[in-house]
Amino acid sequence: MITRRTLIAGSAAALLTGCDRLNDSRTFRGVLRSAEGLTMKAQRLISDREALAREFDAADISPTFRANGTRMPAGPDYQRLAAGAFAEWRLAVDGLVRRPLSLSIDQIRRMPRRTQITRHDCVEGWSAIGKWTGVPLHLVLDAAGLRDDARYIVFHCADRFGERPYYESIDLIDAFHPQTILAWALNDRYLQIPNGAPLRLRVERQLGYKQAKYLMRIEARDTLAGLWDGRGGYWEDTNDYEWYAGI
Amino acid sequence: MATAARSNQPDMAQGSADGGGTLVKRHRLSTRIWHWINALTVFLMLMSGLMIFNAHPRLYWGQYGANFDQAWLEIGSTQDSGFLRIGSLSIATTGVLGYRTEANGNVNRRAFPGWATIPSSYSLSAGRRWHLAFAWVLAIGLIAYLIASLVNRHAWRDLFPRPADLAPRHLWQEIKDHARLRFPTGEAALRYNTLQKLSYFGLIFVLLPLIVLTGLAMSPGMDAAWSWLIDLAGGRQSARSIHFICAMLILFFILVHLVMVLLAGPMNEIRSMITGRYRLPRDREERAP
Repeated sequence: MITRRTLIAGSAAALLTGCDRLNDSRTFRGVLRSAEGLTMKAQRLISDREALAREFDAADISPTFRANGTRMPAGPDYQRLAAGAFAEWRLAVDGLVRRPLSLSIDQIRRMPRRTQITRHDCVEGWSAIGKWTGVPLHLVLDAAGLRDDARYIVFHCADRFGERPYYESIDLIDAFHPQTILAWALNDRYLQIPNGAPLRLRVERQLGYKQAKYLMRIEARDTLAGLWDGRGGYWEDTNDYEWYAGI
Repeated sequence: MATAARSNQPDMAQGSADGGGTLVKRHRLSTRIWHWINALTVFLMLMSGLMIFNAHPRLYWGQYGANFDQAWLEIGSTQDSGFLRIGSLSIATTGVLGYRTEANGNVNRRAFPGWATIPSSYSLSAGRRWHLAFAWVLAIGLIAYLIASLVNRHAWRDLFPRPADLAPRHLWQEIKDHARLRFPTGEAALRYNTLQKLSYFGLIFVLLPLIVLTGLAMSPGMDAAWSWLIDLAGGRQSARSIHFICAMLILFFILVHLVMVLLAGPMNEIRSMITGRYRLPRDREERAP
């Protein structure tokens, strides 16, 4: 006999199964995914290109800045660099640039710097406020001479997840944003290994997984296709996280 | 909370065999469309939202908040039990929140159980895809309805409480009637009483706008575009807390709403929200044998 209770429980269960089925449907996921483009266009529409993320006072800094994701990249190459205090480390800047660069950490620290106290928002929901110092990315890109066909800046990292290295990418609007820096200090100390030593990206209008750590190479590209799964980042490729992480 | 809206005159005089009163036009088309879009959307938003909460089941006040900082609300687990902690109050929730043993014997330590989340197995990225897509439906529907209800005067006429509604003596009488389940009959059933007005007003003009704005305040892109969002909420972590509290209040509204629909006569209420036509409840004297 169908009682009201079994009817309600049954329809709730059917609804849940339905949601799970839709979640597995490629077509439906495509529909959901289209919201990402809409969100990005809407945010860009109402937002000045140069609109700054909130900068806080020293008193607002989190007592402990949570390190997340990789805290110590595996593999002998990074270990060797770390053991030598990153004296042997070089940042390659290549791809669609006129003058490929190879920069040491000392060279980068001697470039003009920007210091900003900003909020780091993890996609999981937590936030930590820290004081970052680094070179504005646009100065590095200008030094390398970006070619006209460059559309994306890709950040290749030293940390790996199995076969896949961590990587991230942003477009030129974020790459040339005044607060987008290659940070080498957190809270007035040289960047520590859990936070991405010796150099990490800060792109302050997006979520934490865009803030690539352990930078090894910056590549200018005209497309994200052809790089791993072509979605523009490790988490984008492997877990369907949004490439535009402004929300 | 389910009865009554428009003060239209009855447009169809129908005595009927089923003992009901006159059929009248009650809910506008815009109200009905918005209601059913929301019935689905709010449900999807709540469940995908709980999935997102599961990624970090702790809430904070202020600008920042992570594992090392003091959480005012936390759902977690010990070795063999689940708990919900609010401030210094800890409530055992084993089996529901924070800790449960699944049918296959596996222990699951997620804050909210699979039957309450979309998707049912843990995926923050999928929860976000659902949440951030249907957020558009919720927000556009809300804005359209707010504009429509202000323009067609539905808001002023039916939803905003008047001073007389809020007089303590009147309010007390309504609370007593409600508690005794003495719902208005006849023409009076077409107007919202004060408790209904406060509920719908609170939902439509306070909770829903606040949940949309605090949702936006959690977006780093929106915070750069509209920095007043951070100040409105008092910080991103406060925004996340307020967002969660609003969601729980909306869930509470839905539960009370469904109970009231059942008590007030589900068929008549549901029909009025589908076709717009509502059968006036007979006066108690008329009904008496």
